[in-house]
Amino acid sequence: MAAEAKAEDRFTLPKLPYAEDALAKGGISKETIQYHYGKHHAGYVRKLNAQDKDGKVKKDASLEDLIKDQETSDKVFNLAAQIWNHTFYWESMAPAGSKCKDDSEVGKQLIKDFESVDKFIEAFKGRAGGHFGSGWVWLSINAEKKLVITEGHDAFNPMKDGLTPILTIDVWEHAYYIDQRNSRGAYIGKFIDLINWDKVNERYTAGCK
Amino acid sequence: MSNRFKLPALPFDKNALEKGGISSETIDYHYGKHHAGYVRKLNAADADGKVPQNASIEQLVLTANGKIFNLAAQIYNHTFYWESMAPKSKGCRGNVCKALENEFGSCQEFVAQFKARAGGHFGSGWVWLSLNKQRKLVITDGHDAFNPMRDGLIPILTIDIWEHAYYVDQRNNRGAYINNFISLINWERVEQRYNDAVNRLKSNL
Repeated sequence: MAAEAKAEDRFTLPKLPYAEDALAKGGISKETIQYHYGKHHAGYVRKLNAQDKDGKVKKDASLEDLIKDQETSDKVFNLAAQIWNHTFYWESMAPAGSKCKDDSEVGKQLIKDFESVDKFIEAFKGRAGGHFGSGWVWLSINAEKKLVITEGHDAFNPMKDGLTPILTIDVWEHAYYIDQRNSRGAYIGKFIDLINWDKVNERYTAGCK
Repeated sequence: MSNRFKLPALPFDKNALEKGGISSETIDYHYGKHHAGYVRKLNAADADGKVPQNASIEQLVLTANGKIFNLAAQIYNHTFYWESMAPKSKGCRGNVCKALENEFGSCQEFVAQFKARAGGHFGSGWVWLSLNKQRKLVITDGHDAFNPMRDGLIPILTIDIWEHAYYVDQRNNRGAYINNFISLINWERVEQRYNDAVNRLKSNL
């Protein structure tokens, strides 16, 4: 039974940017979405609202505020960041997938920082494949306006390090175990072809301002 | 090519835990791909000269770091995990049962606390019941390839809470997996390990 959002719930589960089966041809099945979005992502929202009702979440703080605030407890950070990270992840993909255009703003910067878009992709795949345990791998703009790949455990979010994220991949096993079982490499390959480069470029140009 | 490190045989058939909620498909992946994969990768690292010579898995768990520790500990931990289960569990017994009653009030209370730690651990990891140097039974948990021997403890029981341990059979429902695990605990083996641990501590005095 789907949990009904109560009027007084402070945090809400954002809508998926596409239908549940929209990524199926690209290797992320409807069943994965039903669990990943409908149980994991929704579960973090439910649990953060429960923490909020217990008075454990700072008032008037957005998810981003909670993520960046050093005072946020581990438990609240994990929930807030997982909500934020998953929303960002869904929006990092699109059914049709796309290629990064070399002459897009983000494409030009990737060429500066990684020599080519292909080299960036190889580096990103390497980090995603190499991460031991649960976590996330990110492409972000740093303070020097360079694009950098960072990764971290569990609910890791690079905004805590002052970076501006533009792309993420979830490497928790629940992201791929239904469709690819232990083959994280196969999942990463699918993800790369599903990247919503228009969105990434949009985030990049907004982040540079 | 190195095959210095071996994948230990599973202590039961791959379908032996089906009735208890761990399917043969899970075993095919968990034992046949994940556990076997750690052995293969440690052998590959060994062939590259990256593993100290003459070190056993246990020694690597105690002294290695980074990638080599992760591989060695995951090999050790998974072997320990398979041996922590049996198709037909006969319930908590003997000296370990008495010790659990002393430490936790009752075996049920121990189980409740163990379940809570396993359910509450965020991310990949392991939850352990171990004997400490004061001969007390303690529950500890840690991330990824965590092994309590590094903290000077003697482990006697473990549960794997990486998602690969339960995602085939229970999907996101870690709680259901933990309940199944509890019913599968090989208490005879736990008792054996407990007695060995006590004897080891006595002989160290």
